[in-house]
Amino acid sequence: MSASRSYDIVIIGSGAGGGTVAQELAPLVRDGVRILVLEKGPRFADQEFTGRELEMADALYQDGGAFLTRDGTMTLAFASAYGGSTVVYTGTSLTAPQRVIRAWGVPGLEHADLTRRSAKYAEQNNVHALDDPLINDNNRLFVEGGRKAGYLVEQFPVNVKGCRGSSLCNLGCPNQAKQGTNRVQLPRAERAGVEVVTRAEVLRIEPDRTLTVRVSQKAAGTKGAPSEWAPGDYAVRARAVVAAAGAIGTSALLLRSPLPAPRSLGHGFTCHPALILVAEHARPITNDVGHPKSYFVDHGASERFVLETCMYFPFVTAKSLTGFGATHSAIMHAFPRLQMILILACDHVASGNRIAVSRTGSPIVHYRFTPETIDGLVRGTRAAARIFFAAGARRVHAPADPPLLETADADRLEERVTARHFRPGMLAVSAAHLMGGCGMGRTAADSVTDAWGRVHGLPWLRVADASLFPDSLEINPYLTIMGLADRVAEGVRRDLAVVRD
Amino acid sequence: MTLSSPVFRAVATCVVPEASRLDAAQWDEMDAIVAEVIAARPRAVQRQLALFLILLEWFPLLRYGRRLSRLDPARRTKFLDRLQRAPMLLLRRGFWGVRTLVLMGYYGRPAAAAEIGYRADARGWEARR
Repeated sequence: MSASRSYDIVIIGSGAGGGTVAQELAPLVRDGVRILVLEKGPRFADQEFTGRELEMADALYQDGGAFLTRDGTMTLAFASAYGGSTVVYTGTSLTAPQRVIRAWGVPGLEHADLTRRSAKYAEQNNVHALDDPLINDNNRLFVEGGRKAGYLVEQFPVNVKGCRGSSLCNLGCPNQAKQGTNRVQLPRAERAGVEVVTRAEVLRIEPDRTLTVRVSQKAAGTKGAPSEWAPGDYAVRARAVVAAAGAIGTSALLLRSPLPAPRSLGHGFTCHPALILVAEHARPITNDVGHPKSYFVDHGASERFVLETCMYFPFVTAKSLTGFGATHSAIMHAFPRLQMILILACDHVASGNRIAVSRTGSPIVHYRFTPETIDGLVRGTRAAARIFFAAGARRVHAPADPPLLETADADRLEERVTARHFRPGMLAVSAAHLMGGCGMGRTAADSVTDAWGRVHGLPWLRVADASLFPDSLEINPYLTIMGLADRVAEGVRRDLAVVRD
Repeated sequence: MTLSSPVFRAVATCVVPEASRLDAAQWDEMDAIVAEVIAARPRAVQRQLALFLILLEWFPLLRYGRRLSRLDPARRTKFLDRLQRAPMLLLRRGFWGVRTLVLMGYYGRPAAAAEIGYRADARGWEARR
């Protein structure tokens, strides 16, 4: 150990959960409470967001955005940066559906309370629907096609301010328009005296509340600022700890820590497995300019899928198409004429789908597609194809054999798109909504934490990220994470008041 | 086995037919992208990849009497197509991994992005006016 440090509250992670908790606890600094945020990723300067695909993916995402599940059939995308995954999402900000929160059945967690708290962050982050002139053809065609095909198309509220329409949200906004925690909550917390240390990975938490922290050196030629602390290992003592390192990061950290954690730790992992579908129009459309994700169709309750508009970059698009060779190349060369839709399956907790750690403590994600999840992807693909054709696309590239669906196929999608074309290892399934692992519930017998994120049996340890979700949320999760983190911060404040009294 | 090996080139030109028109400098650029990604992966993954490339090269010998890199493009494509539909997940996954590397190397180059008409720009709408 190179040094020891002592704080009242240590927050691990700076994304939607950690950033929110940091901001909410920041006023305590005035009363002499010492608060530290430890972030594994670096702090990036505005000019470092270049929008170049491989360069930014490598800088921002764990494993360049291609963290593989154990059997190698799905990639998981999560960021490692000041601001966590709020740096790389599209800013879509939806409130948790009432039916989902009811189905979670967490005693003490009310939908109305979560909605009220989520609304606070929606306002703070300038969440609003984009004005019509800012909507590009890719999104407009989704609306037109969706309505013609009989779907209820809704507009995403997004958290942008001064969006210039770079379309590069998933590579970090080059114009600082997206109001992630890196732009809103963390700067506020820092101004109030919260200390944020980047490139600081928490290796484990000891039962005596000491955190083993490794601060990494900035490698030559890489993006991001050096850490605020000198590289080396640290022992950081804390009175209270809030783990907000994301579903995978938090679960893995608690699993490799010698703590008496509940036995369901790491279980209940869900992730909204997603497929990117493309269709070719006869004429060029605006697709790689404008906000990429402005509309959605929610069939989560009835058919286990959600469709969202999207627009990806050349490599991600190429790897998402099935097959290879001339057909694949022809679609890639039609890029200016491509419309894209993202299909998210609303998966649910399944036995065996969990987060574990290797002998060296690295996270391992076990995930198998249930028939219901595959069915969600199949139904979602058919719905997306209907929308594409209704919008005037002349052909759709989908997991089918052969992969090109022509207009003549529009009436026989049930026959052309079937579960047999969705075999794991044959198509590019990825996920960015990583949830579960430290689910909320009643006791240690059925969950890891209570409804306020406190780990059962460890009153000084709380969790404040999507690992709290006891099941899939079925919508984009960021606003819900912030609402839950707001509750966690309230719990920490309450604990602190009790101690002082 | 390196990524500039005949087997990797043989797979690459099947996956992206235009790759056969790349000059030496462009191949080097593609190789550098892929090499950087592989270098960042754990040793075990690197070994698996090297082993899979060897299997890819020699498997066709059983059916066609020639190594993959010596097959004509039509047979090579047919073989790889069978591989991506293989009943064994391990084979499908292996091919998927190599295919992903090829696509990353090819479409990760700014020249390829420009060639397909990808024009995203940090200035957004302003750049199109």
